[in-house]
Amino acid sequence: MNKPSTPWKRKDLLGLEELTVEEIQLILNTAESMKEILQRPIRKVPTLRGKTVVNLFLEPSTRTSSSFDLAAKRLSADTLNLSVKTSSVQKGETLLDTVRNLEAMKLDVLVIRSSSSGAPYFLARRLTAGVVNAGDGLHEHPTQGLLDLLTLRERFRRLRGLKVLIVGDVAHSRVARSNIWGLTKVGAEVSICGPPTLLPMEVERFGVKTFTDLDKALREADVVYVLRLQLERQARYMIPSLREYAQLFGITRFRLRQARRDIVIMHPGPINRGVELDPDVADGPWSVILDQVTNGVAIRMAVLYLLCGGEAGESD
Amino acid sequence: MTPEEKALIMDSRIIDRVLSRIVHEILERTKGSQNLALVGIRTRGAYLAERLAKKFREIESLNLQVGVLDITLYRDDLSSVAHQPIVKPTQLPFDVKGKIIVLVDDVLFTGRTVRAAIDEIIDFGRPQAIQLAVLVDRGHRELPIQADYVGKTVPTSKREEVRVLLVETDGTDQVSIEELKPK
Amino acid sequence: MTERYLLTGGRVIDPEGGKNEETDLLIQENRIVKIGSLRKTLVKSAQIIRAKGLLIAPGLVDMHVHLREPGREDEETIESGSKAAARGGFTTVCCMPNTEPPLDDQGKIRLIYDRATPFARVFPFGAISKGIQGKELTEVGDLFRAGAVALSDDGSPVANAELMRRVLEYSRLFDLPVVDHCEDPALSFEGVMNEGYTSTRLGLRGIPNASEEIMISRDLHLAALTKGRLHLAHLSAAGSVALLREAKRKGLAVTGEVTPHHLTLTDDALLSFDTNAKVKPPLRTRADVEALRTGLADDTIDVIATDHAPHTSVEKEVEFDLAPFGMVGLETALGIVLTELVSTGRLGLAKALAAMSTNPSKILKFPYGRVVVGGLADLVFIDLKKSWVVNPDQFASKSKNTPLVGRHLKGKAVHTLVNGSFALRDGRLVEPKEGND
Repeated sequence: MNKPSTPWKRKDLLGLEELTVEEIQLILNTAESMKEILQRPIRKVPTLRGKTVVNLFLEPSTRTSSSFDLAAKRLSADTLNLSVKTSSVQKGETLLDTVRNLEAMKLDVLVIRSSSSGAPYFLARRLTAGVVNAGDGLHEHPTQGLLDLLTLRERFRRLRGLKVLIVGDVAHSRVARSNIWGLTKVGAEVSICGPPTLLPMEVERFGVKTFTDLDKALREADVVYVLRLQLERQARYMIPSLREYAQLFGITRFRLRQARRDIVIMHPGPINRGVELDPDVADGPWSVILDQVTNGVAIRMAVLYLLCGGEAGESD
Repeated sequence: MTPEEKALIMDSRIIDRVLSRIVHEILERTKGSQNLALVGIRTRGAYLAERLAKKFREIESLNLQVGVLDITLYRDDLSSVAHQPIVKPTQLPFDVKGKIIVLVDDVLFTGRTVRAAIDEIIDFGRPQAIQLAVLVDRGHRELPIQADYVGKTVPTSKREEVRVLLVETDGTDQVSIEELKPK
Repeated sequence: MTERYLLTGGRVIDPEGGKNEETDLLIQENRIVKIGSLRKTLVKSAQIIRAKGLLIAPGLVDMHVHLREPGREDEETIESGSKAAARGGFTTVCCMPNTEPPLDDQGKIRLIYDRATPFARVFPFGAISKGIQGKELTEVGDLFRAGAVALSDDGSPVANAELMRRVLEYSRLFDLPVVDHCEDPALSFEGVMNEGYTSTRLGLRGIPNASEEIMISRDLHLAALTKGRLHLAHLSAAGSVALLREAKRKGLAVTGEVTPHHLTLTDDALLSFDTNAKVKPPLRTRADVEALRTGLADDTIDVIATDHAPHTSVEKEVEFDLAPFGMVGLETALGIVLTELVSTGRLGLAKALAAMSTNPSKILKFPYGRVVVGGLADLVFIDLKKSWVVNPDQFASKSKNTPLVGRHLKGKAVHTLVNGSFALRDGRLVEPKEGND
């Protein structure tokens, strides 16, 4: 019995910008199959038995690192979890040396999160192991973009023409960038909304509409994707205070009266409750935030499965 | 190598007759058990399982549970294929525990697919028994696996390929042997 | 020992005087003694060098180079930098004072002269502020007497307007040009590349054009106020060119400079996160490149200088945010200018050569940049037809940080003559003889 082989030929998953629609569909379809495993009594399959996945998180994160760790373990891979504190990067060892040492211990996939945009590309060029970008600086967070697409696909089935509004600090958000790439590729209509100080330069060239008036933006949206606001922005004169930001751009129940009754609310987490998103909205009927988390493990299982394919895949 | 059609082994009438016979054999062997479930192995095994289930309804008015198994994640050869095969979902809409599971596949060859299927079923729970029904047994086992119910035993050489076409996927019902010829 | 060279059949080009003809040159000791058709039999005891097919131009003068000595001899030394200069056709370089420690007193200025080699003339710029901290003026008189040829805090902008005003005024005592690296540190904060579509795409913090334009505008006002001699280093933005053009139109004594990379590369060079293209000021857009080219062509911009900034591979092979700014340029400048600007017709050959020799000499009041009888024999022999590929392993520079690896260029320096002696001959460096003056 011959199964058709996948069109997945990449050694690494570094971003959504370079993926084709077919590759995105493939990951989403594979993730759906992986989801079923999470419902079984034994939530494990032997597929990646004997493979080693290293999670190198140079920026703190419990949510994403545990999601990747679980994903690898569900596929029976061995995992090694390193954070800033446990890695030797703090002792002055360069990232390249750290990773070369890990590779000498024979790893198959390196999952890396870094505060430096481009770090995964830097490593992917130099390692034979596959590299998965778990978030690099302000640049991309491809697995987040993919799990968001999966969540939307489950809810709406058809993504073409879907109106998605991204609210918040788009300029400093790798999640926003990955979502813009992913959504525009599958034909959704993306808008962004935030104070002018938090909207990036020339963002219209990405095919998105920009709004500074949240009420106006909400009226047209099918989905609102709320971004986390970081306190550091206040220090650089980008917002006067969290309080004012919440007044102008916070998503509250009251605010949502402008929007469709069946609007869908998403957030990459962790939520600054009461700032960008009110608790009753986060926990309310519009929210698919917990679905996003579930889908995160499935997407990461799909990605690890595809990257671990057989002979080392071709590098980009 | 391009396959060259050699011999038609079964046409749609024979396939239908053979499936009916298998249903009777299953009934005999399991003595009309209430705990029976059919699980087809993707892709064609799944359609054959559906056909068997339909016959169970027609012949014995029995509504059997039917599941579909995708064994991709349990294969033992993932390290040596060039690219990962596409994974489709597995659907077992019943509790495996205590059941007599009849695995259904189109062709039994090396036995590795069945080995993977058995591992996967057991990860779902502990069945009372697992049996195997295949449309064609072509020999050349590489593992100690045998079918309990066989449509037709077809001796083949390693240079040949058994081609199963089903209406549900290929538009027609037939089983043929093709020779793999060097170009 | 009297060295006499007879160079025959080369095309002599003197941008200042307008000369451009195939003729012969006679060099005695370190001066050009004759230019014209010379029958070989009339000249005794001269080494004959056939220069047919070669361009003979004034030795190139790079007024913006970082030689890293003292302090970072792992990146470059005065000797290795001078060798790189010779390979690139440069006979004179001026080194910036942001060494470790910076060149902010007479002892350190003199050190540069002590370490110079016959491969190239090296002249130090003196720091504007002590320690390049931007707080206190250096003892400019001391620096001048020790041999500083200009003042700059390059590497850093002079952020304090009052300090900039005072150094422009004070420098008039010594007629020293003040060279500013124009960047508003508040606007460029944490920026690592040009701010625009590409920086948004790459998720890297950007430095807007306004950062440079604002400082240039400020400096031009201060130059007008103080009548000091202002020179604007490495321009990168279209608006900067416009400001400079307008200032010159009003008669202000200000000069401007641009690097070969800002004339040929855009921020697209960063799409692969190539740290070798990470420079300050950053590579900007096509529109900025066009404006800079126009500025050169219409004499708004006077000088092409490399801003040669060596860094070791250890420093550059890191994540983009962590890499230091800068790329080397001495060994590729001539090739890039000839290939991308001159042969495409964007810039005339004489103008290009003037920007790389005559004009910087005039600004710094050097007796170089000319090919005239009685003038110094600082010459570069260029083979305009020579095709070559940029290979950093062949560089004389200790550092290899260039984004031009593998580029095919046409035009290269074949010989370089410094003070009448060959520093580069047939493309190979000439080690100095023992006991030679």
